Amino acid sequence: MPNITNDEVDVVIVGLGWAGSIMAIELAQAGLKVRALERGPDRPPEDFAYPKPADQYAYAIRNKVFATPRDAALTVRYNTGETALPTRKWGAFAPGTGVGGSGLHWTGVLIRPTPTDIKLKTYADQAYPRGRLDPDMRVKDFPFTWDEIEPFFDKFDKICGLSGNTGNLKGVIQPGGDPFEGPRSSPYPLPALHDTYNSSLFAATAKRMGYHPFPNPSANASTAWTNPYGSQLAPCNYCGYCSKYPCLNYSKASPQTAILDVVKRMPNFDYKVNAMVIRVDLHADKKTAKGVTYIDEQQREVFQPAKIVILSSFQFANVRLMLLSGIGKPYDPITETGTIGRNYAFLSNGAATLFFKDKHFNSFATAGATGEMFNDISPGNFQDGIKLGFLGGAKIHSSQASGAPIGTALPPGTPGWGQGWKEGMVDWYDCSMKIGITTTCMSYRGHFLDLDPTYKDPWGQPLLRMTFDWRQNELKLQRYLREIVGNIAKEMKPDFMSESFLGLDSHWDITKYVSTHNVGGAIMGDSPRDSALNRYLQSWDVHNVFVPGGNAFPQNFQANPTATIGAITLFAAEAIKNHYLKNPGPLVQV
Amino acid sequence: MATAAAVPLVSAPVYRARAQGLEGVDLQRYQPVFFTEPEWVFLLAACDRLIPAEGRGPGALETNVPVFIDQQLKNGLGDDVYMQGPHQADAPATMGFQHTHSPQDMYRIGIKLAQQYSQTTYGKPFQQLAAADKDALLTKLQKNDIDFAALGDPSLKASQFFGQMLGDAKNGYLADPMYGGNKDMKAWVAIGFPGARAAFTEWVDTHNVKYPLGPVSLSGKRA
Repeated sequence: MPNITNDEVDVVIVGLGWAGSIMAIELAQAGLKVRALERGPDRPPEDFAYPKPADQYAYAIRNKVFATPRDAALTVRYNTGETALPTRKWGAFAPGTGVGGSGLHWTGVLIRPTPTDIKLKTYADQAYPRGRLDPDMRVKDFPFTWDEIEPFFDKFDKICGLSGNTGNLKGVIQPGGDPFEGPRSSPYPLPALHDTYNSSLFAATAKRMGYHPFPNPSANASTAWTNPYGSQLAPCNYCGYCSKYPCLNYSKASPQTAILDVVKRMPNFDYKVNAMVIRVDLHADKKTAKGVTYIDEQQREVFQPAKIVILSSFQFANVRLMLLSGIGKPYDPITETGTIGRNYAFLSNGAATLFFKDKHFNSFATAGATGEMFNDISPGNFQDGIKLGFLGGAKIHSSQASGAPIGTALPPGTPGWGQGWKEGMVDWYDCSMKIGITTTCMSYRGHFLDLDPTYKDPWGQPLLRMTFDWRQNELKLQRYLREIVGNIAKEMKPDFMSESFLGLDSHWDITKYVSTHNVGGAIMGDSPRDSALNRYLQSWDVHNVFVPGGNAFPQNFQANPTATIGAITLFAAEAIKNHYLKNPGPLVQV
Repeated sequence: MATAAAVPLVSAPVYRARAQGLEGVDLQRYQPVFFTEPEWVFLLAACDRLIPAEGRGPGALETNVPVFIDQQLKNGLGDDVYMQGPHQADAPATMGFQHTHSPQDMYRIGIKLAQQYSQTTYGKPFQQLAAADKDALLTKLQKNDIDFAALGDPSLKASQFFGQMLGDAKNGYLADPMYGGNKDMKAWVAIGFPGARAAFTEWVDTHNVKYPLGPVSLSGKRA
């Protein structure tokens, strides 16, 4: 038994990133006593005063504000016949830790999925002839309509000071924005960031070729902004230290800059750091939770009683805590029964790097989200995928998150060391740009999360095990996108070019960074038979546990996940305030 | 049931290895804090070939790259890696780092075996080889053409040691000078990177014009 018991609270929040901070302010403003437990350290804004974040080695190479694999590794295998191995170093993804979570060091691309993306199963059933797609594919619709969720996207856009061009205002297409976006109830709060040289070259070329480019929707504020909670964001100064860095200028929306400065002043909110939650404690009937148990800074086991438990850690940690606590039934890929762990999905990327001997990109003068993208190759916006037998798409973009020099791309054939490498750096630093893809990734019967039988974390608990590999659907999509990107790149006439796309026989490479957009594992849906959570992110099994995060996505769309995580969390918070508090119990009856 | 016994809950800051007071130190006078004297001699000679003095741009010795590596190894490089066994050292490359060695071990073993190979093959230690022979030996390390198992250690591949050393050398060459390398920001000056200036509101709209100002370091120096 724990040796310490804290005072009871109305709401305990496990993980103080975006989802936890949204829940904290929404529920504290409703008058509830709220306590957040964060496994990592505090990260107050004074830690990010200029010039501290302008340090590529500490932040981007040594991952200063990330979780360490030592504390937060998981294991990986391609299929159930293999023994999974630990992610001993981060590679393909790197989750954050500490106050702010991944929301502190994200790039700030804040883009919504399209109405087709949130009803992907319905679209696939209508658009694709029977038998055209992989029979193991398990895509699903999100359990809400566009009109139901749009006000919450709108609210999160305003919390973040979204900068960009409006594409579709109440059904009317606007010049300069994304003509494929779903109807917005109000325009972007702020104008677009300024284009860097690479983005303007890319946008002009893509437009000439018939695509519809628009500035990356950005949570790096283009001008001053006061958000609905009263937090103020400053105009971005294009410092060049954004993705993987905390913002030195109060310009990137983060839990710190957008929410925590406000909620920390409320007397009915507090938070504890270096508090590692090891389980949710359930009542004997397993229908409700009593609270959570954590290990505190002094290595003591502490019980935190609470009426409502919010699991708002990173996607992996949420799924793992549900499995460790016996919330719901673990997924079995053979019988396809159980719900915890199913529908895990990732994403792929790829790029052409274009080298121009006479151009200067000033790649260090940039905001994290700077760039231009187009959505012409997203589900429902093009037809070739139906013919070629794959479901999905990508945003195709030229972004420029940083110009910091470690890892600079050099033209093909440049030596990796010696005089050739050194002179390559002198000749080619700042002379290249990229055209990249951020893809969809479908969910499959055999891709799932469970507990590893062998490897343990430093607290003696099993690591989460991931079973995942590329499927032909995703590799065919890559091959298709490679051609589109290649055609645009050739049109831009670089002196040299290199590319990184997946071949049809590729396995997932855990060493190459893609993005930390891991989704699924505890998904939202219409039925407790095949989803862990209802539309309000409430556990079907334990009704006072809510699980906001990327874990709720039934598959991955081409849009970056943060906008949707924000929207579904606000949607859930609204349901807790308006319905659950009056009548605690399942919010959806089946 | 998990117990809390003797588990470090708070991650040690992995980035703490800044070379306090060592920014711009004289390499000839520097006393290594991790490497032994014979190891240090190898490291100096290897860095001098990985990023040599000849040609345009400064070399690794002119920019104190070995100081950076020595300081990193003394101050927790590799502390963040998940090291619990069992280890499957023959895992596919796509599964990433799976062997049992810390960066510190890799240097200790790698230097010893590389010197052993040099002595056997050339009859003298690495640092006394001609530049072309040094390059040839380093290339053999990179390509696993030197068989560490045959030299007595089957748990580490030559390419793993080489990869660690090359990555660390490039990091030291291009990181902020407070970590001990990139002396006087010479690498940044050579490539045209402005360092920690980190404010470009007035410049973002100026396309395809070379940025005119030199770098600033985190300690506030200019070059």
